[in-house]
Amino acid sequence: MVREPLPVRPSPRPVSGKRDAKHVRRVWEPYQILILTWQGGVRRLCWLPGRVTYARNLLLGSSGTFLPVKGFFSMATVSYRKATRIYPGTQKPAVDALDLEIQDGEFLVLVGPSGCGKSTSLRMLAGLEDVDQGGIYIDDRDVTNLPPKARDIAMVFQNYALYPHMTVYENMAFALKLRKTPKHEIDVRVKKAAQMLQLEDYLGRKPKALSGGQRQRVAMGRAIVREPQVFLMDEPLSNLDAKLRVQTRSQIAGLQKELGITTVYVTHDQIEAMTMGHRVAVMLDGVLQQVASPRELYDRPQNVFVAGFIGSPAMNIKKVQLNQDGAVFASLVLPLTREQLAAARAEGGDNQVIVGFRPEDCDLVSASEGGLPIEVELVEDLGAEANVYGHAAVNGSNERFVVRTDRRHMPDMGETVYIKPRVGQHHAFNAATEQRI
Amino acid sequence: MPGIHTMFEASTLSDAVTKLLNTFGAVAGFLAILLIVFYAAGRATGKISRPLTILVFLGPAVLLILIGLIIPAARTIWLSTKSDDSTRFLGAKNYTWAFTSDSIHQVLLNTLLWIIVAPIVTTALGLCIALLVDRLKNEAVYKSLIFMPMAISFVGASIIWRFIYETRDSSQPQIGLLSQTVMALGWKHPPNWILSHPLNNFLLMVIMIWVQTGFAMVVLSAAIKAIPAEIIEAAKVDGARGGNLFFRVTVPMIRNTLIVVLTTVMITTLKVFDIVRTMTGGNFGTQILANEMYSQSFVQFNIGRGSALAVILFVAVLPLVGYNIVQLRKERGNR
Repeated sequence: MVREPLPVRPSPRPVSGKRDAKHVRRVWEPYQILILTWQGGVRRLCWLPGRVTYARNLLLGSSGTFLPVKGFFSMATVSYRKATRIYPGTQKPAVDALDLEIQDGEFLVLVGPSGCGKSTSLRMLAGLEDVDQGGIYIDDRDVTNLPPKARDIAMVFQNYALYPHMTVYENMAFALKLRKTPKHEIDVRVKKAAQMLQLEDYLGRKPKALSGGQRQRVAMGRAIVREPQVFLMDEPLSNLDAKLRVQTRSQIAGLQKELGITTVYVTHDQIEAMTMGHRVAVMLDGVLQQVASPRELYDRPQNVFVAGFIGSPAMNIKKVQLNQDGAVFASLVLPLTREQLAAARAEGGDNQVIVGFRPEDCDLVSASEGGLPIEVELVEDLGAEANVYGHAAVNGSNERFVVRTDRRHMPDMGETVYIKPRVGQHHAFNAATEQRI
Repeated sequence: MPGIHTMFEASTLSDAVTKLLNTFGAVAGFLAILLIVFYAAGRATGKISRPLTILVFLGPAVLLILIGLIIPAARTIWLSTKSDDSTRFLGAKNYTWAFTSDSIHQVLLNTLLWIIVAPIVTTALGLCIALLVDRLKNEAVYKSLIFMPMAISFVGASIIWRFIYETRDSSQPQIGLLSQTVMALGWKHPPNWILSHPLNNFLLMVIMIWVQTGFAMVVLSAAIKAIPAEIIEAAKVDGARGGNLFFRVTVPMIRNTLIVVLTTVMITTLKVFDIVRTMTGGNFGTQILANEMYSQSFVQFNIGRGSALAVILFVAVLPLVGYNIVQLRKERGNR
């Protein structure tokens, strides 16, 4: 069951949405074209070092087996160092001083609501987007101003971006052909990738004659045959139907494990993020919120946004008053440690605190046990368990709550149930900074 | 005096009113006939209902095509088998003349040259300009400027270019832009452009290219813009730049449009008549098929030969038109 997380605070309108961002076209004066033609020549000279590496690879071959050689081709770390992208004509950066280290062979997922800058970050790494400040390094090589060609990366696009005039075989061979790879080596690599992706029967077909899932696999194949240092994937599953998406999700994760190639994967789907990533980076408004393993992200969200974004149904997050023991929740007091209490009062906390507990981290209790009384509005029966949506009066205002419950104790609509968060399972955040305390 | 004045005014006024009423009357009469036809067709039931519907909707169009296209075509084909005054039957003799006469050889050669050079140069130039203009600020301004010659008739364009090719004795001041330019560049005694064969053929083609490039540019520019940005980005990530990107991705993706532009210009070129007529009248070795047809029919009054040339032209254009339509359909299918 994939549900959009309920936003905790309304995310501001993105300055430039993802779609717009792609269509920002550079506009040149006639004289600039002349200058650029000249610069093109100069830039070509600057690539000479890259050419030498290329020639070396060509001479040494890839150990004769044409298979990705671990430790030679796929050793790559990626670092964003204060990388910033400001679209022309806007004030607010689309990506704001992104600092991110991605380990060799790691599967990192960038996740966030639309317009948060995750796609822009990926495109900056691909070289399809300028980096206005800071830099990007692949294997400690500064690639900030290199064209995509010189970065040794392969990208899978959301709409697959297959070349419609080429067959599946030609689509996969295109990059190798451009690099003047010997014909027989191209053949071996393409056939091997096709075998991995069960595309052998379709090599002669044009993309138009393929189904969505097959096209997706061709796009993957096109990236695999490159044996690049880094794989970039921009929401590669969003055009598939739900069932195929789940299947392909595990296939991609498996392939990545097998090949051991560093991968950066962009998605807006938190299920994809949590199931595929070794680590997940959550972004909002161009700012990195938290990078951590899925477990850590779920158990110890760094701030209110991450707490609300990860998890479905979303965490119950409320701003409440403090007393000397903890957070006052109507009849209930959620205990906080002395350090937490001090942190909550610091930095303009103003005797308030934001507390959150996950729907599954609370119990339905009887009225006598002192739970929070909630009037049930909706019950979602998911088969194995049920989500109970309801509202309660907390400190004078009407607040909504979600509780996940055992199917045997499913309440009816309109009924009043009493909930009690489990001790020690709740999260607390400073009311002013919204940071975890 | 004022009396006459008012009378005059009154008469113009009544004149105008009569004309207006006449117009309204004609339109009303036409509508009335239509209404009667539709009413009759609507009332018709049973067996005649369907044939009548077909007749009412298709009839007028078929009638017009018959009068304007099919009958003249058939008559031209028929006339092409007859003598100059259409009195004697000659069989294929006019065609034998067309393919064996020396003067017509030059015409056919020129026509062939036209349909090869002009469309290719036009399309290539249009593509180049489309690519360059695509990146400019105020793209629309440049595009409109380049497209503007399309609005000028071939006769008008020819007159403009006649001034450009104008040559005077080199001792006198030049008014021709071309002569003046080459003289300024150091060529002391440029030839009389229009008289120098075979150069003059190409000079005439320049006019055609000048007029048609705007069309090629606009159509090709639209095709280039229709290529999804993601595909170009994918090609860049795959390592394609500059020439590789252009010839391996952009051109194949607009291939059908390129062919449509090429054949469209080719058809226009095959039919071109006004340029040659205005510039040289077909003299100095610049004669082409369409103008020769006109000369045979309406200058030398040899209806038979003129018709034969018209039929040859028609047969030459036909496969191009067919191919063009097939390509257009294919392109539409791809969308």
